[in-house]
Amino acid sequence: MSVLASVPLTAEPPVPEVAPTEKLLLAVVGLGLLLLLPVAFDADAERARWCFFGALGLLSAGTLGWSWWKYGRGPAGVHHHNLWLRASTARGAVAWLTGIVLTGFYVILYWFSADNGQGNFGPLNQLVHALDPASQLLRHRPSDQWFLYGTFYTLAILVMGARALWKYRHSPYQRLRTVSVMFFQLGFAFLLPGLLLAFQRPEFYFSYFWPLKYDYLFPGTVSYLLRDGGPALGVFLVFWTAVISFVGVPVLTYFFGKRWYCSWVCGCGGLAETAGDPYRHLSDKSRAAWRWEVRLIYPILGFIVLLTALLWLGAAGMLPGWFTTPQQSGLPLVGGLSPVDGLSKVYGFAIGAMFSGVIGVGFYPLMGTRVWCRFGCPMAAYLGLLQKHFSRFRITTNGAQCISCGNCSNVCEMGIDVQQYAQRGEPIIRASCVGCGMCSTACPRGVLNLENGPREGRYQGSQLISADSLRMLS
Amino acid sequence: MHLVIIGNGITGVTCALTVRRLQPAARITLVSAESAHHFSRPALMYVYLGHLRYQDIKPYEDWFWQENRLELVQAAATGLDAARQTVQLSTGAVLAYDKLLLATGSVGRRGTWPGHDLAGVQTFVTLPDLEQMTRDTHGIRQAVVVGGGLIGVELAEMLAAKGVAVTMLVRDDRYWGSVLPPEEAALIQRQLDDHHITVRYRTELQALLPDAHGRVRAVQTTAGEELPAQWVGLAVGVVPNLALARAGGLETDQGILVDELLQTSQPHVYAAGDCAQQRAPGPGEVAVEQLWYTGRHQGETVGHTLAGQPRPYRRGLWFNSAKFFDLEYQTYGRVPARPDAREHSFCWQHPNGRHLLRLNFRRDSLAVTGLNVLGLRHRHDTWHQWLQAGTPAPQVLANLGAANFDPEFFRQHEADIVRQFNAQFPEHAVPRPRRRGLFRV
Ligand SMILES: Cc1cc2nc3c(=O)[nH]c(=O)nc-3n(C[C@H](O)[C@H](O)[C@H](O)COP(=O)(O)OP(=O)(O)OC[C@H]3O[C@@H](n4cnc5c(N)ncnc54)[C@H](O)[C@@H]3O)c2cc1C
Ligand code: SF4
Ligand code: SF4
Repeated sequence: MSVLASVPLTAEPPVPEVAPTEKLLLAVVGLGLLLLLPVAFDADAERARWCFFGALGLLSAGTLGWSWWKYGRGPAGVHHHNLWLRASTARGAVAWLTGIVLTGFYVILYWFSADNGQGNFGPLNQLVHALDPASQLLRHRPSDQWFLYGTFYTLAILVMGARALWKYRHSPYQRLRTVSVMFFQLGFAFLLPGLLLAFQRPEFYFSYFWPLKYDYLFPGTVSYLLRDGGPALGVFLVFWTAVISFVGVPVLTYFFGKRWYCSWVCGCGGLAETAGDPYRHLSDKSRAAWRWEVRLIYPILGFIVLLTALLWLGAAGMLPGWFTTPQQSGLPLVGGLSPVDGLSKVYGFAIGAMFSGVIGVGFYPLMGTRVWCRFGCPMAAYLGLLQKHFSRFRITTNGAQCISCGNCSNVCEMGIDVQQYAQRGEPIIRASCVGCGMCSTACPRGVLNLENGPREGRYQGSQLISADSLRMLS
Repeated sequence: MHLVIIGNGITGVTCALTVRRLQPAARITLVSAESAHHFSRPALMYVYLGHLRYQDIKPYEDWFWQENRLELVQAAATGLDAARQTVQLSTGAVLAYDKLLLATGSVGRRGTWPGHDLAGVQTFVTLPDLEQMTRDTHGIRQAVVVGGGLIGVELAEMLAAKGVAVTMLVRDDRYWGSVLPPEEAALIQRQLDDHHITVRYRTELQALLPDAHGRVRAVQTTAGEELPAQWVGLAVGVVPNLALARAGGLETDQGILVDELLQTSQPHVYAAGDCAQQRAPGPGEVAVEQLWYTGRHQGETVGHTLAGQPRPYRRGLWFNSAKFFDLEYQTYGRVPARPDAREHSFCWQHPNGRHLLRLNFRRDSLAVTGLNVLGLRHRHDTWHQWLQAGTPAPQVLANLGAANFDPEFFRQHEADIVRQFNAQFPEHAVPRPRRRGLFRV
């Protein structure tokens, strides 16, 4: 006991060897990834197409096989073994490489793969055209870079969703929730928008709403939907957006918390919960991170509300002319645009593309999965305010059973230090909680439960433990 | 007032936080040898498993201590002069105190078996133990864990997750036989089987055998069997850490003897948590209780006393929880391992062998006395009320849904439980129980 350990741990626990079967399955995944390269560079379109489907097949089969091998065979339960010990999930070299590849893909997708007017999509050209038959089938038109992205995205949610189903199969809550995000991605965010195009209607994502899909309530989009959607459908689409944004969201959030959207329906959340599951623990739980969250997310919500209001006022001719007249400011990005359109462009670039795509997904392996949802998403900010102040949702702490082990905070992708509440016996009522339920699933003492109850006494802690009243966030 | 606390475990820290709350002006110093900051001892296993890192098992971020003016000293207290009210530290410094709390915790029991000090043989209680285990279990194939209690099963889980073949030696004829009734033990046995842990019941350790380098090579059991093992974990219990108390001349027995104010034999010196022994425990209570919850409760109680609001320690209703591989366990009230003639013991099990509920209640008044659940979560506050009030079992069963703490969409077993209860106790038959809904807590 006289040992003075100022650096408490200097050795790493052993990591079991990767079994040959696992190596083989991972090799199949790797092969699938490699096969995407010749697709990008092969001049022969037919061969590229076959390579492409071969690659997708190998990727999917390899990932499914590996998930089953790793999680599907043994006893069901929370098995986060070696999560913080493997390079791939503990910000090691593999994670950095994955992050760089993902980020690179987003940069190319957003800024270097637009159609050049002759059906050439830059570096992604072959990949895009490999999907032409599928696109023709679903949408009755050739593929483009967004169809490629949507296909990858949906496939990632489906395949990694299967992994999540195996991994968390002991929890009906996690099973249902995973099936739900898979369903909404495939049906509402992939097939339905495609079908609308096939019927010569505007492409419309039924599972995204303003202010996340910020332009759905911009005057430009509304008039386009009304025009191209035709009298019945167009009105319905606009109605759908407005009703969900202003009525559906508050009502559902009142009853269930923001989780009904963020971890059951939303595609961004869907990707985080499935493809991102191996990285959920990487979110920063520090108080400093919480401060950044508050500093960023509410101003972004304010920005988009203001912008939407300005656009409508402009459209109604209620703004001074300067706002809506193109200006030769000489600034990059917004040169030649009116101030209001410029703001809209800035938002689209900085928040819509940079934050939600490049940082939001590209940095999964380094910063965790919900960077966008936590620091950037205006929808999350809106839902969060409702959840905190006008909702029956809370996470209840079970009496005095907490042993302060930290498993709940670790798995919280939103970076909430759940344990701070649990060890004080207090319910967790946080604007950012997306209700993924993972803290409850992972707690080894059965301390946490997501519940919808009366609003009276919602903040009431357990009587069986006296909360130390010391501050967390000043 | 200068309060010095020896030990930054849950007991010492809870006391410090309580005093800080009650006496914002007090000077509080926490002295501890093991780590610079408080960490969760029950979470050590998760660091080895790789679920968490060391920094993740610290319940408070590092800024917390300074902001709340809790002075931290990382040193061993080597001497105690109760007359002069000072503590000597291993750094050579001497700390003067107005009040002193010993929250020195426990040390692992090592036993006196031949070979107990071989390399590769250890207990699992402290950070240095964790460090040693991380070093000594690289590349091993077989391990033996001695002891069939909570730490024993944790060690088995840790090793199995690293692909090590584990054999447990258990003195009783079933797992945790001193605490669990046979049905509960059988469910845990299923977990051990599912995770390929070999258990030798009614078997004890005889000797530990060395290889040529002084490392453990195998163990010899009392059954005469020799089991190869490159690492051996001794999980045969912990004993109060009395070194400092003895150096200071405090009265000790198994633990540091304390009265109901948790005061030791010396004025201004208190002891709480794992290291303390009640001079007069209440009926049915034990004098030394090595539990996280007890440490927290005693730390808070003694904090009131130290802050000038004397509060006698009352054990209160028993509760505990644990997890055996994938099976969660919660208990409220008392459920003895062997039946009590004055009580009925109703035990429901799901046919899949992953859920169990045992309800004990008085034969005369039907008042509930204890609950064990495995693979089900139950609400602590609700059970606290039921047990406190001595609620009759039929009434509890009729409202069982109110205590259900399983997540949403989990199968609700209340109807099945009540059906079985009614079949077994037709004279106390219960109407259909209340269900939990999505809109109700
Ligand atoms: C592996 C393991 C798992 C456990 N799991 C559970 C569980 O799931 N549930 C549960 O209820 N309980 C559990 N326990 C028991 C629980 O951890 C203890 O009851 C609790 O930690 C006791 O807290 P404490 O503050 O009294 O002592 P400790 O946590 O032991 O802290 C005492 C501290 O004092 C320091 N110290 C001692 N002497 C000196 C000195 N002379 N000078 C300076 N410092 C000194 C020690 O280094 C130590 O850091 C577990 C214990 C172990 C070992
Ligand atoms: S607090 Fe729990 S339910 Fe909420 S986001 Fe974090 S892990 Fe998910
Ligand atoms: S709530 Fe559960 S997971 Fe979180 S610290 Fe407490 S015991 Fe651990």
